[in-house]
Amino acid sequence: MNAALPALQMRSIRPGRIIAWTLLLMGGIAMVMPLAFMVSTSLKFPHEVYNLSLIPEEPTLENYTYVLEDGRFYKWFVNSLVIATIVTISNVFFDSLVGYTLCKYRFRGRYLIFIAILSTLMIPTEMLVIPWYIMSKNLGWLDSYWGIMFPGMMTAFGTFLMKQFFETVPDDFLDAARIDGLNEFQIWWSIAMPLVTPALSALAIFVFLGNWTAFIWPLIVTTNYDLYTLPVGLTTFSVEQQVEWELIMTGAALATIPTLLVFLFFQRFIIRGVVLAGLKG
Amino acid sequence: MAGWFQSLTIAQRRVVWAWGFLALPIIFYVGIRFYPTFEAFWLSFYDWNLLGERQWTGLSNYATLLQDPEFWKVFKNTFIYLIIGTPTSLVIAFVVAYYLDQVRFMHGFIRALYFLPFLTTAVAMAWVWRWFYQPVPIGVFNNALASFGLPQQPFLRSTTQALPAILAPAVWAGLGFQIIIFLAGLRAIPETYYEAARIDGVSRLTVLWEITLPLLKPTIVFLVVFSSIGFLRIFDQVFNMTTNDPGGPLNSTKPLVLLIYDTAFNSFDMGYATAQTVVLFTVLLIISVVQLYILRSR
Amino acid sequence: MLKRLKIGSWVAIAAIGAMLGGANKAAAVEIEYWQYFFEARVNAMEQLIEQFEEQNPDITVKMTHFPYADYRTKVAAAVPAGQGPDVVQLFYGWLNDYIDANLIQPLPTDVFPPEEIEAEFFPMVKAMRQDDAYYALPTAVRSLALFWNKRLFEEAGLDPNQPPRTLEELVDYAEKLTKRDGAGNLTQVGLTMGMTAQDHNWWREVLIRQFGGVPYSEDYTTVAYDDEAGLEALEFYTDLITEHGVSQIGFMDEPQAAFKASRAGMHIDGSFRIGALEETRGLEWGVGELPANAEGLRSNYASYWVNAIATKAEGEKYDAAVKFMEFITSPEAMQLWLEVVGELPARPEVGMTEANAGDPVYGPFIRALDYAHATVFANETDQRQEMINMIDRIVLEDMAPKESLEQAAAAEQAILDQYNK
Repeated sequence: MNAALPALQMRSIRPGRIIAWTLLLMGGIAMVMPLAFMVSTSLKFPHEVYNLSLIPEEPTLENYTYVLEDGRFYKWFVNSLVIATIVTISNVFFDSLVGYTLCKYRFRGRYLIFIAILSTLMIPTEMLVIPWYIMSKNLGWLDSYWGIMFPGMMTAFGTFLMKQFFETVPDDFLDAARIDGLNEFQIWWSIAMPLVTPALSALAIFVFLGNWTAFIWPLIVTTNYDLYTLPVGLTTFSVEQQVEWELIMTGAALATIPTLLVFLFFQRFIIRGVVLAGLKG
Repeated sequence: MAGWFQSLTIAQRRVVWAWGFLALPIIFYVGIRFYPTFEAFWLSFYDWNLLGERQWTGLSNYATLLQDPEFWKVFKNTFIYLIIGTPTSLVIAFVVAYYLDQVRFMHGFIRALYFLPFLTTAVAMAWVWRWFYQPVPIGVFNNALASFGLPQQPFLRSTTQALPAILAPAVWAGLGFQIIIFLAGLRAIPETYYEAARIDGVSRLTVLWEITLPLLKPTIVFLVVFSSIGFLRIFDQVFNMTTNDPGGPLNSTKPLVLLIYDTAFNSFDMGYATAQTVVLFTVLLIISVVQLYILRSR
Repeated sequence: MLKRLKIGSWVAIAAIGAMLGGANKAAAVEIEYWQYFFEARVNAMEQLIEQFEEQNPDITVKMTHFPYADYRTKVAAAVPAGQGPDVVQLFYGWLNDYIDANLIQPLPTDVFPPEEIEAEFFPMVKAMRQDDAYYALPTAVRSLALFWNKRLFEEAGLDPNQPPRTLEELVDYAEKLTKRDGAGNLTQVGLTMGMTAQDHNWWREVLIRQFGGVPYSEDYTTVAYDDEAGLEALEFYTDLITEHGVSQIGFMDEPQAAFKASRAGMHIDGSFRIGALEETRGLEWGVGELPANAEGLRSNYASYWVNAIATKAEGEKYDAAVKFMEFITSPEAMQLWLEVVGELPARPEVGMTEANAGDPVYGPFIRALDYAHATVFANETDQRQEMINMIDRIVLEDMAPKESLEQAAAAEQAILDQYNK
């Protein structure tokens, strides 16, 4: 809990605080309304889908049983899970390493490398998809986990994020560690990294999410249904001229669960905050 | 090898460490990002439709581009997404993060509420929002307007309202991301600063303006640059909300990335598509560099 | 004696081994077939493949399918990388794209002589011919018909078993079937409308002809609707919205959604909609031929998915692919397709049997094949987009129909010119 304004926090509840809290809560509820409709549609029969009421007249779990009984759904789920996890770990490691290096070391070409990495954000993946496909085919990476994962193992987004957060780490800490005889890698790993855990948690959440919902590339690089990731698998519910929305909503609802769990797990680290830095002063 | 390392100054050794850290990542970025990008850029000087011969056409793709009225409309749309989207979402995100930071009761729950939209799939949400925008008696928004006696709005069926109507779910979906980053940034501010302010008896507004915001600068810089890139590259919401009439009505919502996608995967005109990509890349690069320059630390 | 037996058995085993080994050496040619995923079609194709492999033991067919939404992207990415199918399914409207991108090759004229095809297939298949050869052939075709909601007909005082037979009746019925709420908002449309669905086909190949014009020149290289007839057809269409108020573009998001939700009296759609409607609970619907004009002239639009041989197929695989193509476009294959998938046969000899042509659900579609046209698209997506824009300009920007028509004609002509240069 941020003690940002300790002097101004009185123990008694001020009306301003209540209003703010209420508005925040109402805003939050408004934010999730579309999701409520998503879940509600997933509980409807096809003929009810288009009356867009929040509560179905004839609620049914038929869509869920249909989707879950389709053995492929589990495979897609596991695929997405494994891939998203591995890519997240890779990003947490490499992006912070690069972000740290670009922030805390001075050397020629530093700014250029930063801009170069940042510039990779500006190419829409849609355009890289074909060169990647040809590359994957030549190297035998098609229809494999690695083929799906390799483009995302490090990202400019993560590097940029971590660089910004490493700026908040005072150089004195690092110098003190150097005097204590730690080598550069140890300094990064045991001193700097713990100080940016909120950023690392945020990074983990976003990379996981980004890979969980990734669509175009996994679609292109796999032909084998068993290797589909979840978003690609869900498109099998749409056929020519006909989209089965109740099934898509069901799939989407089921797909939200792991991401929700990941989020709930990591957000606690953001709460804990940067305690040590403040104390050492 | 070790002898050579020992002979360097401390500063030089650090530089070696730095390059050591960067070695593998550089190989990665060059191989996975830069090389395919140059290949794609090189294609913009050709006329190629996937399997036929590549024909050198020099700058003709670019000439066609500059004279294409659809391209300019799309260009303008893309900037409108940026100019309205980035400030709106950042302001809302900061306000929410700032007050949320002070809330203790049900903090986790409320935070999850704001973040949930970020976890959803674009296809599903686009459909729900499309239905929200329907006219009475189905559409939630128009029903609400009607109950207040206000006239109905065409929303997606209007060439002027369609773009903001599509921007809304894009901002809505991205809000959670920005709020979390802001929260992380707020939490990273050491308490010592606030304790000092408390001792000095400074007003809350001054604390916000003089302490919080300046210390939040790295976070703000990150979000401004990243959100700008995101809005300039907007695709998912437009694609999923205008599936039958992509970028419509009458191209009023079409952003650059959708145009590229259409040219590449519908017309199979790879040369033209990569020329459009080059333009997008240049715009993004210029805007980001400008933003970083303006917002740089003094 | 034991020894001799032993030798004998060794010889026998060796002989059998040689036979089996020899059979294996005439190794099976494997060809790959790609189509998009549609359960009934995949079933039908699996049955056809089984039959084909029985008749041709030296050929195996490996079928791969993709979600419809991703089909084009997959093909576009696979082929330049040298991957991809030997026989490929494509929408007939993509023919030009695929030929331009060098993805498919012409069918051999000795096995598929053009004169024979023209005699044996419905006329709309002609669109697959370029120069002296056919590039692709359909197994099944689809046409348009008028669906109507029987219950809503009854409510409006109309005979639930009698659809409108002329355009005038169509407007009349639509007016009776339209409902609005107290504030004047539409709650039920008489006829679903929207160029994003099938209306652009209805307008092009049916309405324009019924008003005395033609949409394009015979070879589909020149736009021909920029005249009196085209304008009348356009105004007939837009008047339904602006003057008679029987419909609204975007009502209930999609025309078929409105019809399925029983919020539309009538709905023009293709035969592919039948399956979905049959599964919609509580919907009582009928289907009939599209209305004729006052002089009794009928027309229809037919579309179809075709199969073609990819340029990648060479030598043995090419021969196997040709055999496979022959098989899946045979009359027997078409009858199976009709029964399993519910799509109309591409050959009159299969379609015009009494049983098929008299069927209450499929009959109207099959009978229409006789007088249906298939538009030869240069780029179906872009041309459809011009139709969408044409209507939007009139409905959203209050442009005069004549001006919008001229703009659309010019834009479409530009698309055609680009492909036919």
